[in-house]
Amino acid sequence: MTDITKEAIMPPRSFLSQDAIQVFYRLLAALLICAVLAVLSDSFLSLGNILNVLRQASLTFFIASGLTLVVLTAGLDLSVGANVALSACIAGTVIHKTGSPALGILTGLACGGIVGLLNGIMVTALRIPSFIATYGMLWVLNGLTYWYMAGETLHGFPAGFRQIGSGYLFGLPIPIYLLLVFLGIGTLFAQRTIWGQEIYAIGANPVAARLSGIPVARRLLLVYAVSGTMAGLASIIFLSRLNSAEADIGESLTLPAIAAVLIGGTSLFGGVGTVFGTFIGALILTLVLNGMNLLSVSANWQPLVTGIIVILAVWLDMKTRRRAQ
Amino acid sequence: MREAAVVSQPNPLQRIPGVAIVLVLLITLFSVIAPGFLSVANLSNVLVQSTILTMLALPMTLIIMTEGLDLSMGAVLTLTSLCVAIVSLATKSMLLGLGAGLLVGTAFGFANGWLVAILGIPPFVATLGTLGMAQGLSLIVSDGQSVVGIPHSVRDIYSATLFGIPVPIVMALVTYAAFHGLLYHTRFGTYIFALGGNREALRYAGLSPNRLLIAVYAIGGAMAGIAGLLMTARMNSGHPTAGLGLEFDAIAAVAVGGTSFERGNGWLLGTLLGVLSVGVLRNGLNLISLPSSVQVASVGVLVIVALFLDGLRSRA
Repeated sequence: MTDITKEAIMPPRSFLSQDAIQVFYRLLAALLICAVLAVLSDSFLSLGNILNVLRQASLTFFIASGLTLVVLTAGLDLSVGANVALSACIAGTVIHKTGSPALGILTGLACGGIVGLLNGIMVTALRIPSFIATYGMLWVLNGLTYWYMAGETLHGFPAGFRQIGSGYLFGLPIPIYLLLVFLGIGTLFAQRTIWGQEIYAIGANPVAARLSGIPVARRLLLVYAVSGTMAGLASIIFLSRLNSAEADIGESLTLPAIAAVLIGGTSLFGGVGTVFGTFIGALILTLVLNGMNLLSVSANWQPLVTGIIVILAVWLDMKTRRRAQ
Repeated sequence: MREAAVVSQPNPLQRIPGVAIVLVLLITLFSVIAPGFLSVANLSNVLVQSTILTMLALPMTLIIMTEGLDLSMGAVLTLTSLCVAIVSLATKSMLLGLGAGLLVGTAFGFANGWLVAILGIPPFVATLGTLGMAQGLSLIVSDGQSVVGIPHSVRDIYSATLFGIPVPIVMALVTYAAFHGLLYHTRFGTYIFALGGNREALRYAGLSPNRLLIAVYAIGGAMAGIAGLLMTARMNSGHPTAGLGLEFDAIAAVAVGGTSFERGNGWLLGTLLGVLSVGVLRNGLNLISLPSSVQVASVGVLVIVALFLDGLRSRA
């Protein structure tokens, strides 16, 4: 009990230096994995593969970045994958019906955001624990998506729209630019704005946050809405990259996103972590999965490995924090 | 408030309304709008189909009473169902198949308990990790294919009857009796109430909360093993996605049944009524030919409503 109060008394900013060390370790780990893969596989260091890794990591990162904010408040959003699927299917339908990619993108973002907002309402107004509320939402969204699609596949979108996910600018895939933009925005928001700092404070100690005048419920609503909107964004990238939408595309997305957040050093108990760490987490996870792929390990092994990584990441996080105290 | 919940038996009268009203409402609704719902054949169908869920929801009640959660149950059930199928196919023996399922299920339950109790990882994340592992292992052992051609001795379990009652229902009733006895008439049951209500009290009493917690999760895994046998018998095959998502129906049954997620109070009969509510809801929607996707969404809504009401009650 005493360690919790000790943590809460320390202002969130004092974690930054410790965060920097944690991120440094994770960068080292990523480099180590790169070195091992470069030795084991000839094709790993090819430009094509490295860009591929970054593009894959960017998809995980978009979902995981919003999720990071949720986890910073000691919450969890298990509905992100299902949200991506629903948003992609609805956005795809809008593009097909109206022929306007812009309208489709807006619908996808709005759909994701509304789902996130509903999660936020369940957590704040209805006071349902976040993991169980978003878990219920997961199945509601799954059901809606399968019902809406009725086994159909949406296929074939305008060439301009497909550029978002598969196009290149100055030799780099466009998702990588988006990755940099959202990495910048996310980091600035979390570390340099009052709202961002309030989110850290809520995670570190919700009671202290409320007593010091932070509108906890409104910030939580914001955090879940952002998480949903980022899932909406990911759905757009997915849609334009795959050039198709099916009801089941979200099923393998949630666990990797949570893994990226946890590998990145964001604590499940709230108040500790960075968006940049989540980026490194997404990178490490993608490197491992990419490496398995290059070494021709069957894709059937991916959930097993991701599951082990999730547990290892939480365990390591708890161990290092226990030692730090 | 937590002190008030110390090892107190729940007051059933306070709870009977909630879940019983839900069940009666659903039955009334579907007997009006779904032709054939009230036929004996259909009702016994609902009961038989609810048996696998009963086997998951009862241990899930105990786990949730400890302020825990087991998201891996559906995936573990899938894996144990595959183990039953593969082992019984290889050895032609139903009992060896059941043994393999029990072993794998209990191992996963034990691992869940160890992660939660000893490593202190929050249950929903620990079991999300083992969900991924069980799902991965299911794909690996089956190579993504169905396991077919399992022996009759396994298949017959689902269709056989004992004194005119289908064997799955007998198994579910025996399971319920065992859990009822365990929770309300043994010391271990009292400790389970204390695990959620007041863990410190257990420590002062010289007991190890960690060991009890591991036991509770291990029971969950073992039940997933037995349910795996029923699943394989029901599908007459092992399939790598057979039980995915079943843990959600189990959580729904527990939540609708009035077991609280935060105060260590559980009610087994409520869970049983919750299982029937979920079963009736799915069966009724099926009869009015709504696809399984709508059923899934409805169960999701049912959970959120139940939790909302639970929240209201706890504030009242």
